[in-house]
Amino acid sequence: MTSLDCDVLVIGGGPAGLAAAYQARQSGAGCVRVIERNWELGGILPQCIHNGFGLRVLGADLTGPEYASAWVRRALEAGVEPLTDTMVLSVAPGPRVVATSATRGLFEVRARALVLAMGCRERPRGALAIPGTRPAGVYTAGTAQRLVNIEGYMPGERYVILGSGDIGMIMARRLTLEGARVEAMVEILPFISGLRRNLVQCIRDFDIPLHLCTTVSEVRGRDRVESVVVSQVDATWRPMVGTEREIPCDTLLLSVGLIPENELSRMAGLTLDPVTGGPRVDDRMATSMPGIYAAGNVVHVYDLVDDVTESALRAGRYAAEYARDGQTWADGWLPLQAGRNVRHIVPQVLSPTALAKEPCRLELRVREPIEAPAMVEVYAGEGLLASRRLRYARPSEMITLDLSPSAAGALNGADALTVSVTPREDGAAPEESA
Amino acid sequence: MYDVIVIGAGVVGSLVARALSRYRLKVLLVDRASDVGEGTTKANTAIVHAGYDTVPNTLKAALNQAGNAMFDDLCAALDVEFDRCGSYVVGLADGDRATLATLLARGQANGVPGLRLIDGDEMRRREPSINPQTVGALYASTGGIVDPFGLCIAAAEHAVINGVTILLETEVTGFLRAGDGRSGAIRGVRTSRGDLTARWTVVCAGLWADDLRHAAGLDTFRITPRKGEYFVLDRRAAERVGGIYFPCPTAVSKGILVTRTIHGNVMLGPNAVEVSDKHDLATTAAGLNDVLGGALRLVPSLDTRDVIRTFAGLRAAGSTGDFLIDAPHEAPGLVVLGGIESPGLTASPAIAERVVELLREAGLALEPRSDYVPVRRGIPRFSQLDRDAQRELIARDPRWGHVVCRCETVTEAEIVAACHAPIPARTYDALKRRVRVGAGRCQGAFDTPLVIEIMARELGVDPLTLTKRGGGSYLLRRRTKEVSP
Repeated sequence: MTSLDCDVLVIGGGPAGLAAAYQARQSGAGCVRVIERNWELGGILPQCIHNGFGLRVLGADLTGPEYASAWVRRALEAGVEPLTDTMVLSVAPGPRVVATSATRGLFEVRARALVLAMGCRERPRGALAIPGTRPAGVYTAGTAQRLVNIEGYMPGERYVILGSGDIGMIMARRLTLEGARVEAMVEILPFISGLRRNLVQCIRDFDIPLHLCTTVSEVRGRDRVESVVVSQVDATWRPMVGTEREIPCDTLLLSVGLIPENELSRMAGLTLDPVTGGPRVDDRMATSMPGIYAAGNVVHVYDLVDDVTESALRAGRYAAEYARDGQTWADGWLPLQAGRNVRHIVPQVLSPTALAKEPCRLELRVREPIEAPAMVEVYAGEGLLASRRLRYARPSEMITLDLSPSAAGALNGADALTVSVTPREDGAAPEESA
Repeated sequence: MYDVIVIGAGVVGSLVARALSRYRLKVLLVDRASDVGEGTTKANTAIVHAGYDTVPNTLKAALNQAGNAMFDDLCAALDVEFDRCGSYVVGLADGDRATLATLLARGQANGVPGLRLIDGDEMRRREPSINPQTVGALYASTGGIVDPFGLCIAAAEHAVINGVTILLETEVTGFLRAGDGRSGAIRGVRTSRGDLTARWTVVCAGLWADDLRHAAGLDTFRITPRKGEYFVLDRRAAERVGGIYFPCPTAVSKGILVTRTIHGNVMLGPNAVEVSDKHDLATTAAGLNDVLGGALRLVPSLDTRDVIRTFAGLRAAGSTGDFLIDAPHEAPGLVVLGGIESPGLTASPAIAERVVELLREAGLALEPRSDYVPVRRGIPRFSQLDRDAQRELIARDPRWGHVVCRCETVTEAEIVAACHAPIPARTYDALKRRVRVGAGRCQGAFDTPLVIEIMARELGVDPLTLTKRGGGSYLLRRRTKEVSP
């Protein structure tokens, strides 16, 4: 088998992969390659033609294609070598990767360090086991987005959208602008799962009916979707008898969650976090296997591409260092535990010696919304290590907290750190935010 | 004028057409769906049953036994995936021991080889994920798993390779009769595409066998659709499921089972609910709940987060309780099959031979073809090949190197081959059954736009005309910037 060697190999040419590859080169890695399954770099961004990308990282309000091309340019100018139209078939310790493409055929890449940046996929209908028939006309929001924005096709004319993820909300607006009718968006939770700005700009501004605590309880139609039945749900998320309402439509769009794409991580034998579905990483974005790093939505699903880029810049830098030194500079790990009202936290472990040298960013999500001033706190045993005041805390918006190197001196031999998010005792009235 | 028209291109009809293709006959296989195997064939438990639970001295018992024994050679000749992995009937309570003993005795009466009772300890050792309360099991070494639609497609293609004509999207609406046109011999069929004449007509119409019998003026035999609902689980779940686990059977069905599938997934189901509508393939919350409950009793560690799909199928349960394979003297020229419910898939190759014998006895001259092609080769599955074989294919055609469906690792070359096969894939579902695009954990979310593009190109059609499974199941409504047609 033909073999390509490189210092850092990145799997995935989306925003995470591009930033990791760019930064690996900037940090001194010689040969950096990016494998991308699509014919072009950019991942999902080329189909995200709405704006809101890059406000923090690039200081400009860009569309997805603009943000992608900015990073493609950076990566290429930095000397990153892309391998597009290429699918990775296997990842093994080494790290050794087998991939295939029409132009190169089957080939192996041996890398000194590997960055996993495969992103995430959408949860399909089957995973929800929605009862009813199985007609044409059930699409995930992202598939519909590709059909409309890239391929130039409208999958249907009358839509019901299940779930209130960001892609679903963006598509509600997009389809309306294309002349279709969005009959309703229904969300099983009592709150939306996407960003507040999308609720305002895509749902409210376009008068799209939003029904919370509601789900699709049945799909009807033999050949093509003819209608869906929506029902209100009880406290255990089960549809309540007597609340059914049939909504005629020809398409059901699903925006019911994203799942980190970790089949390759599993194949490589990495330790995965059962809550995020992504690899367990440390504060250097290193996975449980030496030389394998992870970045972006493959670790956990981010709300904003800017955060993806920042996590990937870190992964790229540390992957380059590993490629150079062949070792990590950590000598022991401290687990980070999800405490009160915290669903998950990344990184899952951190190294006290590493923390002593530079700050560590914690990324977490809450379980329940707190629509009032709140506080995120990190405890080492009984001792408060760090905290940050929040105007509110919502499951749909990732919370970050930077631990400073001085925290390393305050660990006091604790065997774990615990993170919690609770209402602030001195809290004032909830602040409205958009 | 055909020698034989076979109505219904499910697994039974396709195997009948294939069996007839060995002889110098003009054979037509006709189906109203857009692909072969669109009825009961595509939605069943996909198991080749050992034959211990059929009532001795019935057609079901005889043909189950005969059919089971034919599967190794059949699947080798047709290039169909089949794994004789063995099956277990699992006893979970002390009272089940008697049931297991009864099944063993029945199996022995049916002449089933390879049956053995094993105790709870051995069962737990062999299958560590099985419910720890297991008191014992009946092991059947001849039980197996097969790709039911793959078998149907292969059989129909083998028939076509050997000269059988296939006519899809053609609905049979009645029979042509000699003499006064009402009671004379059957001389063909009326269809949505016009009349087609034949010396013999074989009805393999599954759920619609009774309607066609009645259309031929025959008796009161009835089919009652009995729905079964299923879950399909991600391959991940197969780490916990090594084979086929049946519970102890009930009066109406073999019960809700847990099985590995030939494609490496895990399948749970089916329940059994009589319905009135032969088109009712809807899953229900209650039904799915029952299936999950039953499956968890067998394998308590199953994880519902592994579910990737649910579906329902209809069993064509006949009013006699047994298979009906009949050349009624009131309607000369007609052979009717009815009540081909479980173990219909297992029995299907034996049923086909039986039909051929029936026709021979009735006077059809069966002269072997000298140019009969004995084997049919399917499309290689890239994901199942070793690296050397993969490399060889890519060297021959670079499209083997282009992976289109990520979850199932399906290449562009496989899709292209399916679009140009003896029975081409013309719908998304037809393609899915042939090469498994969209059959994995993302259920087509990633590949659909790519597949639409490749299929439209290969079939030479506008993407707007592509459907999920024919009829009104269009995938795309219009182009953007256009007004709805």
